[in-house]
Amino acid sequence: MNHTFIALVENKPGVLNRVASLFRRRNFNIESLAVGRTESPEVSRMTVVVDCPNGDVDAHKIEANLYKLVNVIDVQDVTHQPSVTRDLALIKVKVGPERRAEVNGLAEIFRARIVDVAADAVIVEITGTEDKIEGMIELLRPLGIVEMVRTGQVSMTRGVNDGVRRVPGVNGHRYEDVAELAEMTP
Amino acid sequence: MKLKGAEIVWECLVREGVEVVFGYPGGANMPIYDAMLNYPVHHVLVRHEQGAAHMADGYARASGKVGVAMATSGPGATNLVTGICTAMMDSVPVVFITGQVAAHLIGGDAFQETDVTGITLPITKHNYLVTRADEIAEVIREAFYIARSGRPGPVLIDICKNAQIEQTEFVYPEDVKLPGYQPVTHSPRNLLDQAVKLIEKAKKPIILCGHGVIMSKAEEELMQFAVKTQTPVTSTLLGLGAFPASHPLSLGMMGMHGEAYANMAIQNSDLILAFGMRFDDRVTGTLKTYAPAAKKIHIEIDPSELHKNVYADVPLVGDLQTVLRDLIPLVDEYDHDEWLEEIHGWKNEVDSRSIMNWENDGKLQVAHLVADIWKATGGGAIVTTDVGQHQMWAAQYYFLEKPNRWITSGGAGTMGFGLPSAIGAWFAHKDQEIWAIAGDGGFQMTAAELTTAVQEGANVKVAIMNNNFLGMVRQWQEFFFEKRYSAVNMLTPDFVKLAEAHRVPARLVTKREEVNDAIEWARKTEGPVVLEFRVEQEEAVYPMVPQGAALHEMIRRPVKA
Repeated sequence: MNHTFIALVENKPGVLNRVASLFRRRNFNIESLAVGRTESPEVSRMTVVVDCPNGDVDAHKIEANLYKLVNVIDVQDVTHQPSVTRDLALIKVKVGPERRAEVNGLAEIFRARIVDVAADAVIVEITGTEDKIEGMIELLRPLGIVEMVRTGQVSMTRGVNDGVRRVPGVNGHRYEDVAELAEMTP
Repeated sequence: MKLKGAEIVWECLVREGVEVVFGYPGGANMPIYDAMLNYPVHHVLVRHEQGAAHMADGYARASGKVGVAMATSGPGATNLVTGICTAMMDSVPVVFITGQVAAHLIGGDAFQETDVTGITLPITKHNYLVTRADEIAEVIREAFYIARSGRPGPVLIDICKNAQIEQTEFVYPEDVKLPGYQPVTHSPRNLLDQAVKLIEKAKKPIILCGHGVIMSKAEEELMQFAVKTQTPVTSTLLGLGAFPASHPLSLGMMGMHGEAYANMAIQNSDLILAFGMRFDDRVTGTLKTYAPAAKKIHIEIDPSELHKNVYADVPLVGDLQTVLRDLIPLVDEYDHDEWLEEIHGWKNEVDSRSIMNWENDGKLQVAHLVADIWKATGGGAIVTTDVGQHQMWAAQYYFLEKPNRWITSGGAGTMGFGLPSAIGAWFAHKDQEIWAIAGDGGFQMTAAELTTAVQEGANVKVAIMNNNFLGMVRQWQEFFFEKRYSAVNMLTPDFVKLAEAHRVPARLVTKREEVNDAIEWARKTEGPVVLEFRVEQEEAVYPMVPQGAALHEMIRRPVKA
């Protein structure tokens, strides 16, 4: 199944390459990766969705390997935490004036909006979970999608809860997490 | 104080306690080589950058310090790659400093420009591209810290030529600021307690001693733990020397070419205590049938090694020495006489097959030669090897009592490692006897470093085990490819003449009765010496666990009629 990790990394050149290279080197498949700045100029935040066929064991492997990168500050797995997850898509649909209203109607239902109108096409912007976006795409497809771009998933846990950390991580403080490592089953 | 970037490089190296650097100059690191003349660091000019990397590696393994190797940009740097990978796979602390074209030329395919940080990304613990002089001090400080701390490993610093030339205020950073790099040293008490419970219950425990024991200098703690709990100790290839071979609890090496009784002991154990090792496929055989009855306690500094190949019932993250110091007072004294007796039974059976009991039939056997060198040197030499059959025989028959004397490429299995790593080791311990045991194939890969040894007066003795074959590949072809020998039969040069052309005294040995004389002659002769032994061509290393077989399913040496 897919696991969602939030990684805080140092905002330095080449760090994205290191992370991407690590996933390739260890033979993991990235489903989605979004990188951006955070409240601190020295820290970037990555939301990485990775296919983990062996569940927790794979997730542990990913966390532990991410920590081997000197520039990675913190990794948490938010897959099973209550969290807010968003993806943004821009979808260009080839419609003339006669069917614009149809697109507009669909957009309203999905709380999406039309952000650009040209003579022969419109651009729809939609924000939401992956499922919601997929749902909208399915309905727009018969109308003629000519172009689409997506940001990839970003996630944030609700409240002050953190995600799961399976590795002692930096500082070595999180002894209780080592215990968690012990409870993992093969 | 304003200094050139190149000078800052040396200021920092001197402060890190670097005494010797192995390298090769070129267009992109000339300012560094120019500045070098003003600093008290000895430079060893190698004949190929791979040699520099292996020398720095050998120096690091023998001394326990960080080794340093240098090369220019482009081909200079790419020639280091095999050596960097070797150090990475065996967790050896080496700092590599390469020259890079000027920062404004990067990306333009300038002369000798190569994306060295890109190439070495997966084979370094960390690497840096330095484009400005004012980054150099901080980067070098960090590089040495990263290389030697946590799970050690190679760090590469690629310094642009403009950064070497620019002047900047030199400030040596007091400490390193690495928010994402703080290795764990202790394991939590609740997990130590779980480990103690497993140790209490165990009737057939066994310690698997890895390179980590030596890296964390935990030999004393290993001994205390083993003796207190009367647990036998078997080693990985790189863990050899951490526990004295002559100790009654020592079972020697485990794995593909390990002692049969060590492998039997692992398969029959009910508790595995893995100390600073990573369950490489060469020590486990197939994982499906690996030590099926055993619970596993795994002590490792690198959390990514836990549960990687073998599931650990109690994973203990931390520095081995620290964790063992915490653990030893918590365990009681035990005896496991029945278990040790059982292992002893397997050992007796092994003795009957031992090549050591063979009569002299006039042919030279590598195993015998290794044993002869072991006897002649009193077991106290630093031994380096290449990779292949001779490496396994050296591991089996050069019985080590102390750590940091066994220098071999384990994880990477790099041919050509023996001679240059021996030269590197000599710089760490000029007063000690050093033997490089090599095969005819591997030796030829880095033979040019013989001249380096002469130029430096490096007192290394090279024993070339010449069977005119790539022996290990030949053995696999014999066992698994119906003896269809493909590209393994090797014409070798006249090694004596080759050595002499390098101004190295050399002797050819073809008969059993000449062996001891030749070894003594080599030991007495000052400086580098080459001995070529014409050995039995189609001998095989036993026992052997075929790839993908269970650890106890070994091909055994046939009992000689």
